Amino acid sequence: MSNLVILPILIPLFFGALFIFFHNKLAVVRLMSMIALALSTAVAVFMIYEVFSRGSLILETGGWKAPYGIILIADKLSSLLILTTNIIALAACWYAGATLDEAREKHYFYTLFLILIAGVSGAFLTGDLFNLFVFFEVLLMASYGLIVLGATKVQLRESIKYVLLNLFSSMLFVTTVAFLYSVTGTVNMAQLAERVGAVEQKGVLTTIAILLFVVFATKGALFPLYFWLPKSYTAPPPVISALFGALLTKVGIYSILRVFSLIFVYKLETTHTFFVILAGFTLVFGVIGALSTHNVKLIIAYNIIPAIGFMILGIGTFSAESLAGTIYYLVHDMIIKAALFFLAGILVYVAGTSDLRQMGGYIKKYPLVGWMFFIAALVLAGIPPFSGFIGKLLLLKSAFEEQHYMVAAIGLGCSLLILLSIMRIFIMAFWGEQKEGKEMRLKPGMVIPPLALLGISVFLGIGAEWVYPHIQSIADGLADPSQYINEVLKAR
Amino acid sequence: MEILMCILGGSLFAAGIYLLLQRQLLRIILGTALVSHGAHLLILTMGKLNRGAPPVLSEGIEQYTDPLPQALILTSIVISFGVTSFLLVLAYRAYQKNKTDMMDQMRGTEDE
Repeated sequence: MSNLVILPILIPLFFGALFIFFHNKLAVVRLMSMIALALSTAVAVFMIYEVFSRGSLILETGGWKAPYGIILIADKLSSLLILTTNIIALAACWYAGATLDEAREKHYFYTLFLILIAGVSGAFLTGDLFNLFVFFEVLLMASYGLIVLGATKVQLRESIKYVLLNLFSSMLFVTTVAFLYSVTGTVNMAQLAERVGAVEQKGVLTTIAILLFVVFATKGALFPLYFWLPKSYTAPPPVISALFGALLTKVGIYSILRVFSLIFVYKLETTHTFFVILAGFTLVFGVIGALSTHNVKLIIAYNIIPAIGFMILGIGTFSAESLAGTIYYLVHDMIIKAALFFLAGILVYVAGTSDLRQMGGYIKKYPLVGWMFFIAALVLAGIPPFSGFIGKLLLLKSAFEEQHYMVAAIGLGCSLLILLSIMRIFIMAFWGEQKEGKEMRLKPGMVIPPLALLGISVFLGIGAEWVYPHIQSIADGLADPSQYINEVLKAR
Repeated sequence: MEILMCILGGSLFAAGIYLLLQRQLLRIILGTALVSHGAHLLILTMGKLNRGAPPVLSEGIEQYTDPLPQALILTSIVISFGVTSFLLVLAYRAYQKNKTDMMDQMRGTEDE
């Protein structure tokens, strides 16, 4: 029993609800949301220290023992992702204060934002499949509010599609949980993992597994279910795009990682081979999208998709090393996507348009932004010694070892094209002839958040010697789920 | 009884998905409502339908109703109720701003 586990959900939720009462006093709200997020980051740091030194923290809500009540569990993977989420949230909070217009901020931006963080944290922490659905709904509800905040024509148009798609996949999720309950008689993930082995009709289970995968793949934007992502993620202001790009799709990937390393691991040749094939398609189509447009925000949004492809390749390959690569890449991608969306936001702010063809020569006026963008591009494409390289190395190496040559080769080729797509922004926006236009003043709140995130990204790459053993220990835990099951069900 | 419920749930799903594939926004929203009803019915059915016994288990009681699906269905109903009402408001605002409720006119390609 440890009440610490619920704090990353409770702190943002409490403050988010509190802000409703004085949403017009912006100075107070801004300061307090920074304090709230700093507090929950501190909790996350303490939690990760506890988990790595003493083992998973488990909270049995209401004192109900494991398979009967809802449990929250902070194992190594969850606590790492909680910390990453909180760091990104802290950066986004600062960036929001500098870039959002006052009308949006006053209309409950911080409330929705903090509830989104609470939902994401909850999804990472829960040990119960139905509870995962509930937290998905919490974060989706907040994201519906955020995506339509401001109610411009484009936002309204795109958010309808976003809401409809997510609503449908949520209903599919409920249906799948119902099926799973009727087959196994439980929704507790650890007990599910135990009972799945005892079920005699594996065919039904595989069907359920694929259904569940479709649900998570819709949230995580995998081929062929990624079509909704680029346009709806670029409709809201950059800080909201950054939150969505960094956190929402990754919750889908986390769910796939959790469910398909813990529960459905009895028939790897069907499910996980299927993932590897989908990973190839996801990579190719995402990159094609990124190369097809001149809209800066769209290029970044399309770049989310091949990153998802890399992670799913790691889950599909399913060795201890490839899982480590997936986790490394997951953390790396959350941070760098947030930084890139922040930088794209600055670019759109100074240019007054998101069309690349109307930009040029900004390196003279904004050298810091230019070089940050350059480094971000290298990090994203996985140039050594940055963090993208470590993840990709592990992923592709294990893919070659497990004889997925074709997809690994596609991955290598796509890395180059990702570099091209992102360098194209650098070349067209920062090089070339200087375009007319008045010089915009950059606030510190615009520049420091992406700079800090880039710093973390560079540290993850250069400090790999120190970080990697911890990541590998997380992956070993995932590859051998008996530890997780014992920790949850030990109370019996 | 279970079979009947399954068929009912399946028909709700089928009707809901048919409506989801329409072009008019209101029909699509009604479609999502039908699909969620179907999903809720399925949850209820999956816990086996017993009659005439409370969802309480204590010593000496042989027959009881499974309480878990009832708890799940309640949560799920509340959520889909909230989302549907939000969706209706959203659709109304989108209709006002975009001057159309046809999905094929809301594609939003660059050259529009």
